[in-house]
Amino acid sequence: MILREGDVRIPSGCAISGIIDKSRKRFSGEEIIKSIAVMRERGNGLGGGFAGYGIYPEYKDYYAFHIFYDNAEIKKQCEVFMDEHFDIINLSKIPTKKMSEIKDEPLIWRYFVTPHPTKLKASQLDEREFVAKSVFKINTRINGAYVFSSGKNMGVFKAVGHPADVGRFYKLDEYEGHCFTAHGRYPTNTPGWWGGAHPFALLDYSVVHNGEISSYDANRRCIEMYGYKCTLQTDTEVITYIFDYLHRKKSLSFKEIAAVIAAPFWKTIENYPYEEKEKAEYLRNIFASLLITGPFSILVGHQNGLVALNDRLKLRPMVVAEKGSRVYVASEESAIRIIEPTLDRIWAPKGGEAVVINATEDK
Amino acid sequence: MNYIYPEYEVVRNYARCITCRACENQCSNMVHCYVECESRMESKDDNCVNCHRCVTICPTRALKIVKSTHTFRENANWTGKTINEIYKQAQSGGVLLSSMGNPENYPIYFDKILINASQVTNPSIDPLREPMETRVFLGCKSHKITRDGGGKIIPKTTPQLDLSVPIMFSAMSYGSISYNAHESLAKASEQLGIYYNTGEGGLHEDFYKYSKNTIVQVASGRFGVHKDYLNTAAAIEIKMGQGAKPGIGGHLPGTKIVGAVSRTRMIPEGSDAISPAPHHDIYSIEDLRQLVYSLKEATDYKKPVIVKIAAVHNITSIASGIARSGADIIAIDGFRGGTGAAPTKIRDNVGIPIELALASVDKRLRDEGIRDSVSLVVGGSIRSSSDVVKAIALGADCVYIGSAALIAMGCHLCRSCQSGKCNWGIATQAPELVKRLNPAIAHQRLVNLVIAWEHEIKEMMGGMGINSIESLKGNRLMLRGIGLNEKELSILGIYHAGE
Amino acid sequence: MKRVYVNEQWCLGCRLCEYHCAFANSKESDMVKALKDKKIHPNIRVESKGNINFAVSCRHCEDPLCVRGCITGALQRVNGLITVDKDRCVHCYTCIVCCPYGAISPSEDGAIQKCELCIKNNNGIPACVKGCINQAIVYEER
Repeated sequence: MILREGDVRIPSGCAISGIIDKSRKRFSGEEIIKSIAVMRERGNGLGGGFAGYGIYPEYKDYYAFHIFYDNAEIKKQCEVFMDEHFDIINLSKIPTKKMSEIKDEPLIWRYFVTPHPTKLKASQLDEREFVAKSVFKINTRINGAYVFSSGKNMGVFKAVGHPADVGRFYKLDEYEGHCFTAHGRYPTNTPGWWGGAHPFALLDYSVVHNGEISSYDANRRCIEMYGYKCTLQTDTEVITYIFDYLHRKKSLSFKEIAAVIAAPFWKTIENYPYEEKEKAEYLRNIFASLLITGPFSILVGHQNGLVALNDRLKLRPMVVAEKGSRVYVASEESAIRIIEPTLDRIWAPKGGEAVVINATEDK
Repeated sequence: MNYIYPEYEVVRNYARCITCRACENQCSNMVHCYVECESRMESKDDNCVNCHRCVTICPTRALKIVKSTHTFRENANWTGKTINEIYKQAQSGGVLLSSMGNPENYPIYFDKILINASQVTNPSIDPLREPMETRVFLGCKSHKITRDGGGKIIPKTTPQLDLSVPIMFSAMSYGSISYNAHESLAKASEQLGIYYNTGEGGLHEDFYKYSKNTIVQVASGRFGVHKDYLNTAAAIEIKMGQGAKPGIGGHLPGTKIVGAVSRTRMIPEGSDAISPAPHHDIYSIEDLRQLVYSLKEATDYKKPVIVKIAAVHNITSIASGIARSGADIIAIDGFRGGTGAAPTKIRDNVGIPIELALASVDKRLRDEGIRDSVSLVVGGSIRSSSDVVKAIALGADCVYIGSAALIAMGCHLCRSCQSGKCNWGIATQAPELVKRLNPAIAHQRLVNLVIAWEHEIKEMMGGMGINSIESLKGNRLMLRGIGLNEKELSILGIYHAGE
Repeated sequence: MKRVYVNEQWCLGCRLCEYHCAFANSKESDMVKALKDKKIHPNIRVESKGNINFAVSCRHCEDPLCVRGCITGALQRVNGLITVDKDRCVHCYTCIVCCPYGAISPSEDGAIQKCELCIKNNNGIPACVKGCINQAIVYEER
């Protein structure tokens, strides 16, 4: 029997790519497919996926849940739970295109929801925490249902297959957004399950990640203490939760988060000016267990922009480029040049140096 | 009539003995003597504790000590050791006393745990080429982030200990060990950027200069505790228990309470120093909380408070209680932890292994969401760098080493500390013996040991692709059990090798 | 100049220095062969009384009385080191009488002997210093 993510830890190599328009000008998902397709060699066809931001403007005040179901029975069970906790504004099958490259598809549904006001009040949680908790409940308690996207005005699309095929399968070219990320996966054994593909998302945070973090279990055991449940045993899942925890719950800025998870070395900190040194020491000390070691390059999408970050030694490739209001990030330069041959600027950020790209205020 | 046959025999190679009489000069147990008329050395095996002082200093390697082959009639139930103990007690009517840690053949879980390394999917890191960090802070990490008006983080934490490497020298009192042993530990700690612990014997006035690297202990006898003692230290440790003798107090005989020891302990010369089994102001957890806060009040909330407990059966709930008592650090001492003297039957039969205690406590504190509010320090017994790595991967923030530190200074584990005749100048107060431990040598040996371990820890971390020790803490996926049953694996929270 | 010094605080009176000295000056390569069943004549001697022990050897004085007293020039001060030329020694033992430390003694062949900091037996560091188990004997500049 082939074990699913969650039953076994599957390390993988990968390709990542991301495009953001800082002025929130929307563009077609076709570009990101083109970009990730160039890096076909970095994946092995066993996982691909996309996150798109600004893709549901007509429902932008509702949480968009994308859910995989193993069968109709489970769907029914899950919808009972959803009905209890949320007002469902709209529900539909996510449109897909039948193609020979993508097999074994589960039922894939999309719901636009808002928390049930009385339930929310009774829970004494803030709205986002209520939604996150509900996602955990579905994913851990309803066996066979898996919420893989739960943010506002954003969505994740993923499957087992080459990313370009996955993009076509989900008809991504028919979506328009101001930011997209993509992932091509090279797992080191055969995952049979779509949930294990990237991006991994919680609320509007989505992470695509290339690498295998050596701090995984230290990070996992730490973050699980704060109410997260790592059901997939993947690095990406744990990184997503760390971002959610530090950004949403601890209100750290993305630069500060980088100083926690890809912290500068003590020797570097020693040479900082006094105030900065104190702060860096403080962050490393109190969030010690959230330091991530081992190779990674990650792209974190969120409602206000995109963050690109490499591990502290830069053990994975990542380049960033700018052209007008667009910023591109990818594992390889070729994946950027294919969609934008003439760039204003292109550079490889140093290890641990967060590239924080903010989109203009959402109106 | 003496029923006990000597346990060891001194074997002298007369072909090599040059009768320099150094063995005779250096044996406080009077094993060796020179027979003038025959111009040769003789030995009294009865007195030998097998401490190897003579063996080590013999310039021609003419000596060795062997275990006597003399034996009782074989019996799996009535072993020679058991029979001898009965002889001793039948003769003396007393409690059997022993020193150092539990020597019995219980499982050593550290030896049944294997460490991971990277291959292919994740690069190993070469500590000679890349930074490899072992610095740790001990103390409460659970802080609410506060910012000033400009949105800048105010980097204020509760008091912390800052260590270059997660190893500290555990509590050994001045009295149970010598002035020179204390000076060696203090000097080494200063040089290494770590901490040593006074134990319950007070802090000698000469060592206040090392106070930046000193943890002072407050134990049930309150010996040597005063305001300056508390305020000079880097941290204060409340000793509730000791791995070698959980539930038992301490007794330093009056013969050792002489001169500076008496002054430092603040008790009259010649009086027995008796530490009660419990603290008589702590009969429950709420009382502990009061002591924690009294000590914090006394030191203006500037010193982290450590609570040290022995690993016993309900260690998880005890630790959970302590984590909520205001303590900054919990130190847990496993049943193999050392002692200057303990009732043998207590040492050998009470308590649980540190590996299991650590794994359960770390898990329990995480399950309760309070692991951040305390650091965990474990000891008893950490014997090598790989034990350190395994302890940290199981969930410890830092380790305490006692026996290993003594061994580095020259201790040969003869386990006769209670006699006060330590030939190595460590567990003794006799001036002619104390001077055998020259801190210039001993402190360097301690420094060497910790540096050597640090190198090995870094190599192992690098192999795992981890370049900072905080990413190893609680990283149990880096461990696998070997030859352990399901229950043991589940308590340790690790998979079996091959899984 | 580097000299041999003894820290009384750390001298244990084990007398191993005496044996290391005798061995170093024996021209033998094995200590057992050199010293077994022999009475030793070391250039360093431990004085002990009660708990106080002190190893004594030549101080290599700035203004050595032994050199002044030597009637043949067998004792010379060369670069601070006081050396013996045994061939010149006439066994008058004036030096032994002169030395306030008792650091000179007659050797088995009659000529005097004293500590020459092991420069003649190629030890580099004096044997007593190397062999001291408690770093009580040190070889240093003061």
